[in-house]
Amino acid sequence: MSRLHRFLRTPEAVAGTILLAMLFAMALSASLLFPGDPQAIAGPALLPPFQNWSLPLGTDRLGRDVLAELFHGARTSLAVGLAAAAAALVVGAVVGTLAGFAGGLVDEVLMRITDAFQTVPGFLLALAFVSVVGPSLGVVVVAIALGTWTGPARIARAEVLSIRERDYVAGARVIGMHPLAIAFREVLPNALPPVLALSSVIVAAAILTEAALSFLGLGDPNRVTWGGMIAEGRTVLRTAPFLSIVPGIALVLTVLGVYLAGEGIVETTAVRRGLS
Amino acid sequence: MTRALTLIRRRLVGSIFVLFIVIIGTFLLLEAAPGDAVDAYIVSTGGDAGMIELLRHRWGLDQSELTRLANYLWALLHLDLGQSVTFSRPIREVILERLPTTLILMVSATALSFGLGSALGIYAGARPGSFRDRFLSVASLALYAVPGFWLGLVLIVIFAVDLRWLPIGGIETLASDKTGLDRAADIAIHLILPVSALGFIYLALYLRMMRAGMAEAWRQDFVLAARARGLSRRRIVLAHVARNALLPLVTMLGLQSAQMLGGSVVIESVFAVPGLGRLAQEAVAARDTPLLLGIILTSAVLVILINLLVDIAYAFLDPRVGASEAGA
Repeated sequence: MSRLHRFLRTPEAVAGTILLAMLFAMALSASLLFPGDPQAIAGPALLPPFQNWSLPLGTDRLGRDVLAELFHGARTSLAVGLAAAAAALVVGAVVGTLAGFAGGLVDEVLMRITDAFQTVPGFLLALAFVSVVGPSLGVVVVAIALGTWTGPARIARAEVLSIRERDYVAGARVIGMHPLAIAFREVLPNALPPVLALSSVIVAAAILTEAALSFLGLGDPNRVTWGGMIAEGRTVLRTAPFLSIVPGIALVLTVLGVYLAGEGIVETTAVRRGLS
Repeated sequence: MTRALTLIRRRLVGSIFVLFIVIIGTFLLLEAAPGDAVDAYIVSTGGDAGMIELLRHRWGLDQSELTRLANYLWALLHLDLGQSVTFSRPIREVILERLPTTLILMVSATALSFGLGSALGIYAGARPGSFRDRFLSVASLALYAVPGFWLGLVLIVIFAVDLRWLPIGGIETLASDKTGLDRAADIAIHLILPVSALGFIYLALYLRMMRAGMAEAWRQDFVLAARARGLSRRRIVLAHVARNALLPLVTMLGLQSAQMLGGSVVIESVFAVPGLGRLAQEAVAARDTPLLLGIILTSAVLVILINLLVDIAYAFLDPRVGASEAGA
């Protein structure tokens, strides 16, 4: 039985894949279905959903098309979530490999730095970083990665500690490979699987952090974000609660999709390992 | 007792290093921020170039970076976090004023998520693979996907706007002159929604950890032995399986404290709770970087203290811990 086949047999994984596929479809089709600026005024202000079929989800306080904003927001969420998670995984894997492979003082210093990053609440750090450097998409990505690289670093280090004692590493030393080459060409690739197993949790956390940052007004002001939409809707929470509720549902479904698909992948690979 | 003391001493020494790194980090952020304390001061009071020069000299801002770092450390050693431009008061005073509110919020939310989460986890883990187990597992995953600030807004729409059962925000009724128990009850009512919004998100985490730990414990020999002795299922679940699964949750309590503090920033701003998190947001809005960094330092100290307490609690709960570390 192929791995894909086994993956598709768990109902959670299928549900997660469908949710993620929908999200990617939304993000990719955003500028095709809704060309032009999603932040432009499209109709009368505060039009309720399902009233006018050219504006199916209605309009917000300023008369912007909610559905168009939702599609364009999917882009920002996905882009920031994936980029921040990738950055966190790369930094974490490199720091963890260096610490575990070098040992001694390097290990001690790198791990105390990791401790320090884990001691400061990640969201406060992101808040401070964005507020000092100024909000833009790249800064938000770095800010989120600052608070999330520590998990991958710890796992990579633990894995490297066990790998570095293996025979093929000793072999590489004997043939005179440079220690850095051994660390990154021989050890790191083998330490990656458990680190990558964390990726769904990190992508999910990154998407939620981005949403919270833009909810507090620290997202990229030139882009539509779901968090920003929720904050915008909050000003008319009493009269038009759907403006805050709809983008929130999109967020929940996205993060749920990431978790479910991630759990499916971990379960599938765990079964494969158990069999081999 | 001595092993607990050894453990505490070891953790304390480590914590001081960690705190030092955090301080260097906040200093670098402070340096990177556009403008300095003098700029912020002049913006709010006005003054000419001579005045700026004079203030820079008096506050030691015209010295080299290393000297400034030394001054910063020296001030911190005296628990002096500097002056807040927005509040025109010492930062330490402003933070200490807001800290209790955040602590109440955090402790209540932690009690809710830990208590209800582990109870539901025991309920689910008592019969692994059953319908209720699968249902709670998926439901908790869904709950974990909910952004706390959005859950807060939904709770406001339902309970404060539609049903009008609970207040929409704030920490107590303004200008009500309530004292003693009346005031405590008033604060408790105001805290129901924010505590729920903060606590329910992390409930899922404890539920899932409890469940996973119990699934592990069911496979252990001592459970088989308990069964062989003919103990009731209820007793096996509570006294053997759940008890063994509970310990890792205690460690999680410490690790989660940083997350909780971060989460309370957004929750406090949703419910207009005047705590440390709301202060952080005010500092960002006013570009008061020294205040923001003071809050970060305070949070770091708080997280270190909480983890220290958790380590001590753990050493008492699990007799195996510390025995080997103290010997090493």
